[in-house]
Amino acid sequence: MADYQEFLDSINREAYHEGEWQWEEDGYTVTRTYNYSGPGCHNSCGLLLYTKDNKLEKVEGDPLSPFVNGRLCMRCLAVEEMVNNPLRLKYPMKRDRKYRGQADKFERITWEEALEIVKAEVKKLDDEGWGRESIVVGHGTGRNISWQVPLTAGSAFGTPNCGGIYFSGWSCYAPRICGSVGPFGEYPLVDCAHVHADRYAHTEWKNPDVLVVWGNEPLKSNADGFMGHWLVQCVQMGTKIISIDPVLTWWGARAEYWLAVNPGTDVCLALAWLHVIMGEDLIDHEFVDLWVAYYDELAEHVKQFTPEWAAERTGLSAEDIVASARLYASADAGAIQWGLAFDASTSSAMHWTQAVCALMAICGNIEKPGTMNLMHTAFGINAGYSTASLYARPEAAAKKFKKAYVGFEGLDFMGMANPDAMAYALETGNPYPIRIYWGQSCNAFAGHEEPAPRAYKYMREIPFIAYADPFITPTMVALADLILPVAMSVERDSARTWWTPLRAMKKVTSFYEAKSDEEILLWLGHGLNPELFESRGWNTPEDIINEFLHTGFTVMEADGKIKRATRQAADESIEGSIYTDCPVTFQELVEQGGILYDDWNSTYYKHEKGMLRPDGSIGFGTASGRIELIPSIFQAWGIPPYPVYTPVALSRDTTPEVFEEYPFYFINGSRSYEYFHTEHRQSQTSREFHPEPLITLSPETAEEYDLKEGDWIWIENQDGRCRQMVHIFPGIDKRFISGEHGWWKPEEEMSEPHLCGAFDYNPNNLTHAYESGPGNIGCPIKCLPAKIYKVKEGDIMPGEQVTRLGGFRDYEPKKI
Amino acid sequence: MTKGILINYEYCTGCHSCEVACKKYLELPKGEFGIKLSETGPWKYQSGPKAGSWEWAWQPVLTKACNGCADRVEKGKFPMCVQHCQAWCMYFGEVEELAKKIDGKTRWSLQVFEGQE
Repeated sequence: MADYQEFLDSINREAYHEGEWQWEEDGYTVTRTYNYSGPGCHNSCGLLLYTKDNKLEKVEGDPLSPFVNGRLCMRCLAVEEMVNNPLRLKYPMKRDRKYRGQADKFERITWEEALEIVKAEVKKLDDEGWGRESIVVGHGTGRNISWQVPLTAGSAFGTPNCGGIYFSGWSCYAPRICGSVGPFGEYPLVDCAHVHADRYAHTEWKNPDVLVVWGNEPLKSNADGFMGHWLVQCVQMGTKIISIDPVLTWWGARAEYWLAVNPGTDVCLALAWLHVIMGEDLIDHEFVDLWVAYYDELAEHVKQFTPEWAAERTGLSAEDIVASARLYASADAGAIQWGLAFDASTSSAMHWTQAVCALMAICGNIEKPGTMNLMHTAFGINAGYSTASLYARPEAAAKKFKKAYVGFEGLDFMGMANPDAMAYALETGNPYPIRIYWGQSCNAFAGHEEPAPRAYKYMREIPFIAYADPFITPTMVALADLILPVAMSVERDSARTWWTPLRAMKKVTSFYEAKSDEEILLWLGHGLNPELFESRGWNTPEDIINEFLHTGFTVMEADGKIKRATRQAADESIEGSIYTDCPVTFQELVEQGGILYDDWNSTYYKHEKGMLRPDGSIGFGTASGRIELIPSIFQAWGIPPYPVYTPVALSRDTTPEVFEEYPFYFINGSRSYEYFHTEHRQSQTSREFHPEPLITLSPETAEEYDLKEGDWIWIENQDGRCRQMVHIFPGIDKRFISGEHGWWKPEEEMSEPHLCGAFDYNPNNLTHAYESGPGNIGCPIKCLPAKIYKVKEGDIMPGEQVTRLGGFRDYEPKKI
Repeated sequence: MTKGILINYEYCTGCHSCEVACKKYLELPKGEFGIKLSETGPWKYQSGPKAGSWEWAWQPVLTKACNGCADRVEKGKFPMCVQHCQAWCMYFGEVEELAKKIDGKTRWSLQVFEGQE
C-alpha cells in the first residue's frame, strides 16, 4: 500500500461504524477494542469482536485502527479456536503432590478452596521460619502480564523474586534494553510512523532509506510491541534492505546484502562496520560534534577490528562487510531493526548492543524521522517487573536474588530477580531454598526454562507448586499441586502500553470460572494481604487498571528514588496526576475506541527540545548528557566499557575439537506465522498449516545424511537430544541447522513420561544453564554445537529419559 | 463492471492471513481454500542479469470457492483477504481501475472474481 492516503480514502467509514465502540450487526454484538491473540502475543491490535450469547464467534481487523489498519495475523483471525477450545482449563483443580506427573489425578475445587490451600501453604512457610523471599513467582511473555504478575508477587505474596528460573542472563530483551539505555539513556525503536495517530501520512515522517534487519524475523515474531509488517510498508515506499541472519528470510531475498553470519559472532560484524565507517569518515559530523561523547576513544579502539578480522570469525567476505557498511552509512535516514538473537545467541549481548547503538549514533540515526525513535511507554506509565520489589515485604526485598549470589560483580539493575541465583538456590538451597513456586503465563518445560531436563530435575523438589494458565500445560501436569484457569484477552478488561500507543482491551465474553490476571491479583491480594488491598481501594479490575493508568504503581520521590505509589487513585481526580500523563480513565479509553497516542513519543528531536533529561535541559538522559559510545554506567554494572568479541564457550573459534564431533551450529527458536512460543498448538488452523516441529537444513546436508523432507531426526550434543522433522531449504548454509522451540502436542498423552512430547521436541534439551555473558547479561542458547542422525524404531524418547531414567546427564551447581 | 483483486506480489510475505481470513468467512474445512498461496523458490540465480540475487515469492490464487465476498462488498466492506493482508499488497476494485495501477516497477497480477458481473 504505497499510498497510505489512497487507502484511507478507500475505507467506507460508515460500513465500519466510525465513532462507535460497540454496536449490533446481523444478530451479533460487535466491539471495537485492542486484543492480543490469545493465549499470548506482544501486540494488542485493533479488532472488531463479533459475539453472540456470551460467545466469541468471529474476529475481524479494524480498518479504522491506525495501529494495524485492519491487517491481522492468522493467529488472531483464528483466535476463536483458542477461546472456545474444549481443552481449556475450566475450573480450579488440585492434586496430591504424590501424583505429580499424572494428568488424571486433578480434582475440581472452588476458587474459595483454592485460596484456602494457598493461604495454608503461605502460613506453613511463615510458621517454619522461611522468609517470603522463599516464594518464587514465575512468568512468561506475551499475555500482558509484565506488571500484573510482578505486582501479584510483591503485593500478595510479599516476595521480590519474580522472573524465570534458568532464564540465564535475562536472555530476552533485557540485554537490548540495558545495552541501549547505557549509551542513549532510553530505548530506540525503528520509526515506522507507529508513534503517530496519522501514521504514514504524518507530515514530518519519512520512510528509512536503508533498513538493517538484524538477528530477528520481525514478520513472524512481531516482538516487543512492534509489528513486523510495518516495515514492509516502508519497503513498498522505497526502503532498501540489509539482512543479517544465518538463514534466508523474506528480507534476505529482497536485500541489497544478505549477510549469513556465523551465530554468536555478529558483534564482530558490528565492530568491523564501526571500523569502516569511522575509518572512512562516513559519519554525520554535525550530530557527532553536538551530541556524541567518547567518539575518539571508540574510533581508536575499533582500529583493531578490520573487515578481514571480522571475516575470519563471521564467515562473511571482507568485501561484503565493507560494502554493506558503506551502504548503511550512506543513508540519510538509516534504521536498524534488532531482535532476540542479540540477547540469546551470543556471549557478547551487551557489547553487540553497544556497538549497534554506536552505529546508530555516529550516522546521526537517532530521533530523526525514518531512523530510531527513543521511546517511553505511552504517557509515561512505567509499571513493570520492578513492581515486585516495590511491593514486597522490605525484609524479603533485601534478599532478592542478586548476581553476587553466583559470583558476579557490579550493581543489580534489573527489575526481575536474578535467574542464575534462582537456579543456584533451587539446586543447593543457598542462600535460602525455594519453598513455593507460583507460575502464571508460563509453560516452563516447553518454553523458557533453558536447560529443560535440568529444570525438571530440580523444580519437582519444590514443596508446593501452583500454575495459572488458560490451558492445562505439560508443565502443570509434571509439577503442579494447584492449577487455576486464566481468562483469554476477550474475557478480560485490561490496558496495555508496550511502547505506544496506549490501548484498552474490553471484556466481551467469559469462560466457565476463568479469571483474568487482574482478577487473580485481586483474589490473592485480598486473601493474603487484605490491609494493602483494602487501604488502596483495590476491589475491581477497573480499580487496578485505573491505578496502572494514573500511577503506574510507582512514584518518583524528590530524592529521585522510585517508591511504591501511595495515593488512592479511586479517590482523586485524575487531573493533575503527578505520576503519569494519562488523560483518561479505563472506561473513557474504551468508549473512545480503545487507543490513544501521546505527544512525547510522537515528537522528533527530543534531545534538542529538553525532553530527555529530568531537569528539562537539552541533551540525552546519560550522565554526560551526550550519547555515550563508551557508556559510563557499564563499569558500575560490571561490564567492560569498551566493546569486544566474547566467543561463546563452545564455538568454532574456541573449541574446534567440539565441532569435530558436533559439526553444526544449531540455531533454535526460529519463528513461524502459526505459533507464539509454546502456544496455539490447540488451534486446528495453525496445525493445518504447520503440523510438526521443523528442523531446517540445507540440500547439501540432506544429501550427505541421506535425508528426505519429512524424515524425523535427532539433534544432539553433550547435554541431550531432541527430535524434529526435516525441512530442506536452499536458503541455509550447510554449516547451520535451524530448529523450532515451544513444541508440544495437546492431543497426545499428557501424563509422564510423554507430557505431550514437551521434552521430545525440545531444543532446550541441548541448552545450558549458567552461561551468561559479561555482567551476567545475555545467554548463547541459540548458538549450540550439535550433530544429527535419523530417528530409529525403539529409540528412547527424551520424555522417558528425563522423567523415568534420571535425565541425560548429571549437573554441578553454577556449572554449565 | 467486473470486480477483482490486484496483487503486488513482490511484497507478499506468505503470511497466510488471506487464506485464514477467507477460510473463516467461507467456513471451509481443512484442506480447502477460497484463496491459496503458491510459493516460488527460494533459489539463487547463478547466471544472467540477476546472478547472485535470490528468487522467493508468493502468489495468492483465487479458487473456485471464492465468491468475491459479495455480501461484504455490498455493505461497503473490503473482501476478507484484502482487509487482512498483512503485507498490504492486495487491492480490491473494478478491474479496469485496478489495471491502471500496474506501473511496471514491481511485480503485479490481476485476478478476476468469477461470475461477478
